[in-house]
Amino acid sequence: MHMIWKLLVLVLFIWVIIGAWLFEPPMMGVEGPEVYRIFYFHVPVALVTFFAYGLAMYNGLMYLNNRRLEYDDRSVLAAALGTIFCALATLSGSVFAKFAWRSFWNWDPRETSIVVLLLIYLAYFALRSAVADAERRAALSAVYSVLGFISAVFTIFIWPRLTPGLHPGAPGDSSGKFISMSTAAAIVFIPSLLAFTILFVWIYSLSVRISRLEQERAEKEI
Amino acid sequence: MRRSSLIWRARSLAVLVKDIKSELRTRYAAGAIAMFAVVTIVAIGFSLGGIALDINLQAIMLWLSIYFAAAAGLGQSFIKEEEAKTSLALRIYAPSGAVYNGKLLFNLIILAGLGLLIVPLFALLIGLNVASYGLFLTILTAGLIGLACTTTLIAAIVARASVKSTLFTVMAFPIVLPLLVLAIKGTQKALLAGVLFSDGIGELLGLSSYSAVMLIAGMLLFDYVWND
Repeated sequence: MHMIWKLLVLVLFIWVIIGAWLFEPPMMGVEGPEVYRIFYFHVPVALVTFFAYGLAMYNGLMYLNNRRLEYDDRSVLAAALGTIFCALATLSGSVFAKFAWRSFWNWDPRETSIVVLLLIYLAYFALRSAVADAERRAALSAVYSVLGFISAVFTIFIWPRLTPGLHPGAPGDSSGKFISMSTAAAIVFIPSLLAFTILFVWIYSLSVRISRLEQERAEKEI
Repeated sequence: MRRSSLIWRARSLAVLVKDIKSELRTRYAAGAIAMFAVVTIVAIGFSLGGIALDINLQAIMLWLSIYFAAAAGLGQSFIKEEEAKTSLALRIYAPSGAVYNGKLLFNLIILAGLGLLIVPLFALLIGLNVASYGLFLTILTAGLIGLACTTTLIAAIVARASVKSTLFTVMAFPIVLPLLVLAIKGTQKALLAGVLFSDGIGELLGLSSYSAVMLIAGMLLFDYVWND
C-alpha cells in the first residue's frame, strides 16, 4: 500500500486518540460523559466488521463468476479479519456495557446482533472445514457468505430499530433521533471510522499478498 | 418458452411426488422430526411440572421446539439423495430450479406436518393462551414458510459437505435467527389478551419479506451448489 495511506492512518489514529479525550463524547448519561468515549473506538470497529463481511461476500460472488481460486482466498482472508474485528467489537461493547448499564451482557438487540455476526462467521469457517475438495469448498462458502450477509443486514440494521433496547436508536430511547451526532463528536468519529477502515484494508492487502506469495512458492517447489 | 415452463413445472412436481413417496416408504425425516418434537415437548413439560408459563415464555419455548425439531429433519431431503447416490440421476433429469422447487415444496409439507403435530401437543401439555387465533395461525404459517425458504438452500449446502452431522443446525441458526425473532415476537403478541390482528402486521411483513428475499437468493444460488 502506498506510503501516503500509511502516514494518513498514523496521523488519523493520533488525532482520534487525542480527540477522544479532548472532545465531548456524543452521549451523556448519569455515569458522566467519560464512559461514552469508547464510542469512538467501538462503533467504527463494529462497522468495519460489517464491511469485512461485505467484502467476503463480494469476493465469493467474484469466485462464482469466474471460478478463480484466488477470489476464494481473498474471501477467507476478509472473513478471518472480520472475525477478529468482530471479537474486538464484542469485547469493547461488553466493557462499555459493564460501566454504562451495569452488567457485561444484557441481550440488548444490538449486542445480540454482534454475537449473531460472530456466529455467522464461525458457521462459515465450520462449513469450510467440513468440505475437502477446494473448488467445492469455494463454491459452497461463497453461497453461504451471501446468505450470511443478508441475515447480517437484517440483524444489524433492522432488528435493533424494531425492538426496544439499551443502545441509542432503539424505539423507546429517550433521545428519539435516528442518528444524532454533534459536530464535536463527528470531528473524532469520522476520522476514527476512516482510520479503522484504512487499517483493515492495509492488513487485508498484506494478507492477500502473503497468501499469493506462499502459493507461488508452493507451486515452484512442485 | 411455453413448453419448457410446462416441463419445469412437471419436473418439480415429479421431484416432489418422488420425495413424498420415498418418505412414505421409509418415514425417516418425518420420524426424526416427530420424535424430536415429542421428546422436546415432553422434556419441557416434565421440567415445568405443571407450572404455568408466562405467555412470553410460551411463545419462546414453542418456537425453539419448532426450530430444533425442524433442524433435525429438514436436511434429510438432500442428504438422502447424496447417500443413496441418486443425486447424479436427479441432476440429469431435471433443471436445477425444478429440483429446488420440488425440494422446497417437500420441506413445506414436512413443516406443515410439524406444525400440526407440535402446536396441539404444546397446547395440551404445556399450555398456550391464544388470544387471537387468526394472528397466531398466520404468524405460525408465515414462520414455517420462512423456515422452509431459508433452510432448503442450507440443506443443499450441507449435503455437499463431507462431514454432515451437526453442520446443519450450526449453519442454519444465524440465518434463521431473524425469522425466529420475528415469529416469537408475533406469537407473543398473539397470546396477549386484547390483541387485534392488525397489531401483528409489522411482524408478518417482516417475516414475509425476509422469506421472499431468502427464497429469491436460494433460487439464484442453488445452481452453484447443485452443479459443480
